[in-house]
Amino acid sequence: MILQFIPSTLRMTTPLGFAALGGIYSERSGIINIALEGMMLIGAYGYVIGAQISGSEWIGLLFGISLGIILALIHAVATITFHAEHIVSGLAINIFALGVTEYLIPTTERVPGLPELKLPLLGVYSILVFLLPLIMILSHLFLYKTPWGLRLRAAGESTEALKTLSLNRASWQYFAVIISGVLASLGGCFLSSNVHIFTKGITAGRGYVALAAVIFGNWRPLNGVAACLLFGFAATLGLENRWGIPDQLLKSIPHILTMVVLAGLVGTSKPPIALGKINT
Amino acid sequence: MSTNHSIQIRHLLHTFLPSVIAIIGFFVLCGVTLIIRGQNPWEFYQLILISGFSSIDDIGSILFNSTPLIFTGLAVAIGYKAGLFNIGCEGQLYVAGFAATWIGIHLDLPSFLIIPLCLTAAIFFGGIWGAIPGILKARYGAHEVINTIMMNFIAFAIMSYLVTSVYQDPGQMEPQTAEIHDSAKLPKLAGLIPILPQSNYLNASFLISCVVVFMSYILLKYTRWGYELRLVGNSSDVAAYGGINPGTVTIWVMTLSGAIAGLAGVADVLGYHYRFVHSFSPGWGFTGIAVALMGRNHPFGVFAAAILFGFLSKIALDVELLLDIPHGLFIAGQGLLILGLVCMEGYTKIKNQ
Repeated sequence: MILQFIPSTLRMTTPLGFAALGGIYSERSGIINIALEGMMLIGAYGYVIGAQISGSEWIGLLFGISLGIILALIHAVATITFHAEHIVSGLAINIFALGVTEYLIPTTERVPGLPELKLPLLGVYSILVFLLPLIMILSHLFLYKTPWGLRLRAAGESTEALKTLSLNRASWQYFAVIISGVLASLGGCFLSSNVHIFTKGITAGRGYVALAAVIFGNWRPLNGVAACLLFGFAATLGLENRWGIPDQLLKSIPHILTMVVLAGLVGTSKPPIALGKINT
Repeated sequence: MSTNHSIQIRHLLHTFLPSVIAIIGFFVLCGVTLIIRGQNPWEFYQLILISGFSSIDDIGSILFNSTPLIFTGLAVAIGYKAGLFNIGCEGQLYVAGFAATWIGIHLDLPSFLIIPLCLTAAIFFGGIWGAIPGILKARYGAHEVINTIMMNFIAFAIMSYLVTSVYQDPGQMEPQTAEIHDSAKLPKLAGLIPILPQSNYLNASFLISCVVVFMSYILLKYTRWGYELRLVGNSSDVAAYGGINPGTVTIWVMTLSGAIAGLAGVADVLGYHYRFVHSFSPGWGFTGIAVALMGRNHPFGVFAAAILFGFLSKIALDVELLLDIPHGLFIAGQGLLILGLVCMEGYTKIKNQ
């Protein structure tokens, strides 16, 4: 019974997990990242374009990530250099990404998918599914066990902390936002490589759900991915629904859960102190 | 007296200069991308002028397009004035639109009763949908941005459930409800303005939006509530020191914002489709953010900006049909336009500090 849900849950969790990890880097450094949705979308698009032109899935992956980095750079320049309102900049990037994926090169061909590995009893999965736990653990180690991680988090906790160490808050934020672009677009690559094609609205709001998972997981990599697993499971229940409950309502479980957690009714959720605070 | 006047004009210029720069930048960028695509940008500019201003019919269509944006733009702007981000307009307008549709289908009353009833229901449900994130923020400190986004998803899920199962019109393939009663339909303005062709969709919802713009202006500028709202927006600490409860203001502002956004749903349901069509909004809630930003969160500015965006959505359609330029160009351009505006705003704010 449970075994049946595992393949679909893993496939639902993977793109969310990458985007959520990306969100954690950015938000830990103090930059609110609503642009995760746009970064995922452009990643999914870039993968198909790259793979279509070159015929190689690896070039596709590279291209998808590059586009993600470009969007991340735009968000970084706007919020860090020009002190733009983080949320508005993020939304603008999402709208921009939506337009670009409709406007530039049309994608109609089926493209090769990423290589797959077999898990005994559980089926065959894209290598990205196996990459996610690895990146999750590395992110945890980086953020909590290295001096660089400490500095990145310090950027998000106070606008002054890094200055006293004569370190530059802005450059750590640039670094963090770019990493978030890489990871979120990787999640997008997973989406389009899995179905071999790019369709309009392929991300279907997953970037926002990933952001919810960041909050749900209290801005920590392990908890964030665990939250994605929960959301992925909820989405699977919506897909494999045999209880007569409207699946639209099952699919909104993650959203309701997020609101409950955010309100502090279950567990606690504490954002980085200087999240969204503008450099002066 | 005259120096006072020129200061005012200079202030006005200063406020709206970024908007003007952003619009010019937008059209230049459109031209550049067309050159890259190997198309003639002059054809594009010509078409813009022709398609926008050649007849009364065109102007009617632009006003029709801008009506929902006036509502969502105002909703965002009023929230923003109080330091609140209402990204939930999309969900609010769906919930409100459904409430209005339900009344319009189930009650058979004369127009002078049913239309106010539909409006009240829409305002009520839109208001509730806005109030929930407001209460969560005021009581538990939960950020309204995430909650309004989540409320969008929840509203969308509920709507798509209702409209694909319980209330789906069995005669139709597309997920949509039955038609509302004739008496609940908002009258077209073509009947009132003889020079407007009968085929034009401009309807009474535009007049409602004008009234709401004016009322918002009065509220913000001349009432105690408007004063409290702006004070909380500037600094909730100062407001609290002045004896204003920021939590209370947060709740009523989010309720008001949701109610106004809800009217955008009414504009479509009672003024155009005459039924609830699944995902009828092409992102009005999100465009509303651009509209508010462009209109500098001033009711009259929002009105003008909404008309500009109504104009953009009209030419986007014409340009796609006649010059084979994909719609995505305008969406991407809109994103860059918002980005440019918000960067200019952030930069000047820091510079002035």
